[in-house]
Order: sequence, then structure tokens, then C-alpha cells
Amino acid sequence: MKLYEYMAKEVMAGQGIPVPRGRVATTPEEAAEIASGIGEVAIKSQILSGGRGKAGGIAFAATPDEARTAAKRLLGAEIRGLKVERVLVEEKLQIDHELYVSITVDSAARLPLVMASMHGGINIEEVPEKHIIKQHVDPVWGLYPYEGRQLAQRLGLGGSVAKQFAALVVKLYRVFADNEAELVEINPLVVSEGRLLAADGRLNVDDEALFRQSQLPVVEEGSALERDIKELGLSFVQLDGDIAVMANGAGITMATLDIISAYGGSPANFLDAGGGASVEPTAKAIEVLLRTEPSVILINIFGGITRCDDVATALVQVKKTRGIPVPVVIRLVGTNEEAGVRILQENGFEAYSSLDEAAKKAVELSRAGGEG
Amino acid sequence: MAILINEKTKVLVQGITGNQGRFHTEQMLAYGSRVVAGCSPGKGGEQVHGIPVYNTVEEAVSSHGANASVLFVPAPFAMDAAMESMAAGIKTVVVISEHLPLHDELKLMKHAQECGATVVGPNTFGLISPGRCKMGIMPNAIYKSGPVGIAARSGTLSYEVADSLTQADLGQSTVVGLGGDRVVGLSFVDVIRLFANDDHTEALVLVGEIGGSAEEEAAEYLKTIDLPTVAYLAGKSAPPGKRMGHAGAIIERGRGTFEGKVKALSQAGCLVAEFPWEVPQLVAQALKKSK
Repeated sequence: MKLYEYMAKEVMAGQGIPVPRGRVATTPEEAAEIASGIGEVAIKSQILSGGRGKAGGIAFAATPDEARTAAKRLLGAEIRGLKVERVLVEEKLQIDHELYVSITVDSAARLPLVMASMHGGINIEEVPEKHIIKQHVDPVWGLYPYEGRQLAQRLGLGGSVAKQFAALVVKLYRVFADNEAELVEINPLVVSEGRLLAADGRLNVDDEALFRQSQLPVVEEGSALERDIKELGLSFVQLDGDIAVMANGAGITMATLDIISAYGGSPANFLDAGGGASVEPTAKAIEVLLRTEPSVILINIFGGITRCDDVATALVQVKKTRGIPVPVVIRLVGTNEEAGVRILQENGFEAYSSLDEAAKKAVELSRAGGEG
Repeated sequence: MAILINEKTKVLVQGITGNQGRFHTEQMLAYGSRVVAGCSPGKGGEQVHGIPVYNTVEEAVSSHGANASVLFVPAPFAMDAAMESMAAGIKTVVVISEHLPLHDELKLMKHAQECGATVVGPNTFGLISPGRCKMGIMPNAIYKSGPVGIAARSGTLSYEVADSLTQADLGQSTVVGLGGDRVVGLSFVDVIRLFANDDHTEALVLVGEIGGSAEEEAAEYLKTIDLPTVAYLAGKSAPPGKRMGHAGAIIERGRGTFEGKVKALSQAGCLVAEFPWEVPQLVAQALKKSK
């Protein structure tokens, strides 16, 4: 779960990390009122995407009137394809230097990783490796103050700013650990008149830990359809093609999408019905496919723990209870294959044993549907 | 002959009294795995398919000499269960459970490293040394014993590949599921290293996918050894920034792309299949070339 900038900054401030003065606004009036208490302000669109500045999502205002006008322009606008519902109004900082700091998980080392750079304010991917300092952290003990001091020194910081940085990175690790984050990032981390402040903030929390992170606000992401289906407990990604796909297992589902694409077709979605799903969950998953309004459905089952007769029964059940208005191509092999194929044949479905042929057929039907 | 588990492995099932635990214990017994004990706190004294259940792993180990554990424990309790088995001296811990919190996984792997234990998974289908031992949830019928080692990031896709190899009379030494999460106990490199030291493994199949850098690291390592390798990777058509079912299957910040992985593996001399059904033919080809 990604938090909005203003939420991430609130969490960081709660841990003692200095952030600019400011507040979130949902109306131009509110923005003007906040600006009147601050002076010169930055007005920042709150969307779950980077690159807001370049896309025109950040404005500056010297007076409350200007703040109102800018907020009016931004609120309701679409920035990088996302609708702006809130703006963060905060003090405009004098920027003397921009740094970068983040903590993420290094999968290869199986450890948390601190990355810091004197080259902040741009995408970290654009910063040459030699300008990035990296430090693994022990996930059991956390980041020690001495490690913070070492990082400051390696960055070449001195004096008060070095001290502030060392303290800040320890606090940032606490934000990472306490909220079970996948990523915390401050970019830019600004030096302003001798003070170090988080001018931006990102906090992405591990979805699997949300059950015990109830102190955090809830942020919904994804399309309405994706959110609906997530509530059913299914793993679903909306894509922009017309061939609805269901398979059992993440890898085989991805592979099925790849094969369709290789044959010139275009998948409507990713849907992993899970390994070992019985009749009811499978029927629910098939109903989900219909909601993508496809021109053809491709079901790919390699039955191991999943039983082919269960999948066939589920398909027939959906056909009988709500009807399936588009052609269905189903590849069915493995456990109880014969029973499954018989059920399909008795109910007017053709079953394939070759994934290659099934994928080709689905692409062919999608083309015919598109032309008709 | 096989890596990690064999006919001598004495298997403990943690979470044996749950639905999944019961079902897969029955399947593992049917396959011939030496399941010696189960553990479910509060259910000590019961039996599941004739297997004695204990309250603690310590009892199961001292009574039956269990030396490997397979976990069917719900995610919120899985880390605790894995820690318990390592504390009892078990060195091979197979975590089938999915949806473990990332920070639990980080702490778990750190601890495993410190006590010299091997964690397989989390979010894995397990591992199988055909004809010898199975610790996992894979179907019993699709494997046969032979010279091909398989390491896979995804379950059902590896079943597809193993089945096609078996059909082509190319049996397997051991099939290892690395797990679909961002942090898992075994990497491709770890498993390849074990296969490279196994006299009976003559060829390797890697079933990878987008996200992370495990395939790229595998490619670097493959350059240093002499083991014919075939790979199939899923996720060629996946859009960046979207998590494709597995927590680890995501292209982030331009990293973990399909193209990057194919390039790295090809440069290391690995044959990369475009379609899963091409794998047996490429394995046969790789084996022939190496002889």
C-alpha cells in the first residue's frame, strides 16, 4: 500500500523527522487559509506517482489569493492520468542543497538497504552508481547511531548537517521498521538555511503486514474493478486487451499471457485462480472474467492439486446460472482430466490438451470477434 | 543422487491438523516420504493419518529424530513456527505458507543464516527428489527420477515443465521451488551450486520470471561452472509496475525486466526457451552437446 506524500510526512514527523510546515487541503478556500498562516507556499498535488513537478502538478504562491487560484487549477485536474483530490500546502523552502535518502529491501542480500546520495531531487535511477552510498542493515537490531554517523561521513557531510543527517537516518529506519515498509524515501532531502528537512516523502507499506498495522490510514489503489476483485481474495490485474485469461498459479498465468501475446493476441487481464481451488471459488473467478467484457475467454488448467472435474463443473455452473455470451477456450490436463473433459463435452464445450493449440484458437476467435 | 532431501529425510509437518496440513500429509505419505511426526500447538497426543502429533517441535525431534520440517502454518504464525523448528535443531525448513509479512521474512532469513539452516520458500510449492522424498504440495504423478535438476520461482509452471520432461523420458534429480516472495531463503545461485556438486545431476532447468535479479545472478554464476542449462522465463508481456500474482514478480524502476534476464542468461550460454513446451527438446540438445 502506497501512502500519499502528506500521509508519509505525517508518519515521518511523528518519528521526529523535520518536515516543512503545512497541511493538506481539499478546497481552494482551505488552501488559501493554510497559506495565510504560512506566507510563501508550495502547492503539491497528492497523487500516487512520481514526476509530479514535470507534469505540472506542483505550483508556488506568494499570497493566499495566488494559493487559492493555484489550488483551484490543480484540484480535480488529471496529473499523469490520476485525478487530484487533495493538495498539500506547505512552506516554500529556500533550497541550498538537495540530498537523497531511502531504505528498501535488497532481495539478493535478503537485507534492508539504505541508499543515500548528495545528488537528490532527481530520480535515483538517473544518478550514477558512484554517487550513491549503500549500507545494509541488520533487520533484527536495526540501524545503529554509529551507522548513521558513518553514512553522513561517507556522503562527505560535515558540521551540524552531518549530525542532523545521522540522527535523521536512524529515525527513518524506525519509520521503515515500525510500519513494515517496502520503501521509505525522502527525495529531495533539503538543506535549507542550515536545517535538514524532508521536502518530499514516500512510504510504501507491505500489504501482507497491513493486518497488524492498523494505525496507518487506508489508501485504495487500482481500478474499481481491481479493487472489487481484490475483495474476493483473488489475484487480478486489469490489462487492456480482449482475451480474458484464467489459470491456476501465478507463473502459469503469466506464461499464458505471454503465449497469447506471442501469437498476436492481447490479454484483458491476469487472473490466478490459485492452486487447488474447488468448484465455488473457481466459479467465482470465471464470473470475474466476464466483468472484463472480453471477446473470448481462455482458461488454462494444469491440474495437480486442482481437479479438472472441479474446473469443468464450475464452468458449466456459470454457463447455466448466468450464461456466458462469448466463446470459451479451455485447456484442461492433469488430475481427473477424463472426467473433466467429459463434463465439458456434455455441455457443449471443446477441451484442448495442448496449451499451444488452445492459445492459437483463442487468438483466432478474438480476431474473428473483433472483425464481426 | 539428489539435493537437500532424499529417502533418509525424516519429515516433520508443522500445522499438520489444519486442512492443508492433513491433505498434504496424506499425499506425502502416499508418495513415500518418511513423515515421522506432526506439530500443532494444543493438539499434542492426536494422530493424523497415523502420524503422531506433538505440541512442540522439540518433542517431535527428540522422539522421532525429525531432521526436516515442512510448514502449513497460517502466515501470521509462520515465522514463529519456523523459528521453533530452527531452535530445535532442524536444518531444512520448507515454508509452504504464503502471505508472510516481508519484515518477518527478513528476520527469518537472518536467523537461518546465523544458525546454518536452509529455508526453502516462503510461498513455495516445496521440493521433491523423485522416487525418494517429497516435501510440498506438488502433484505426485508427474515426476520421475533422472538427471535433470529444476529450480523454479513458480509452482504450476514448474509442474508444466516437469511433466513435459517426464513425458520426454527426461527424469529429475530434485525439483526445488524457490518461492514467489521478494525475500526467500534460497536463490537460483544457491540451488545451482548444490546441483553442480551433485554427481547425478547432468543438466539444469531454471523456471524464472520477471522481478528481482535472481536470474541475472544465476547467469553470472553459470559462467563459472560447466553444467548445461535451459531456462524458461514468464512475464514477457507483463506491464511494468504491476505485481503479477507473486509479490516478487514486478518490474520496478526499470529493474527485473524480461529482456535483461534473457540477455544475461543467453550470454552465460544458457538456452532460453520461448515457449514452455520447448524445454525438453532444449534439454536433450544441451545434454547431447555436453557429451
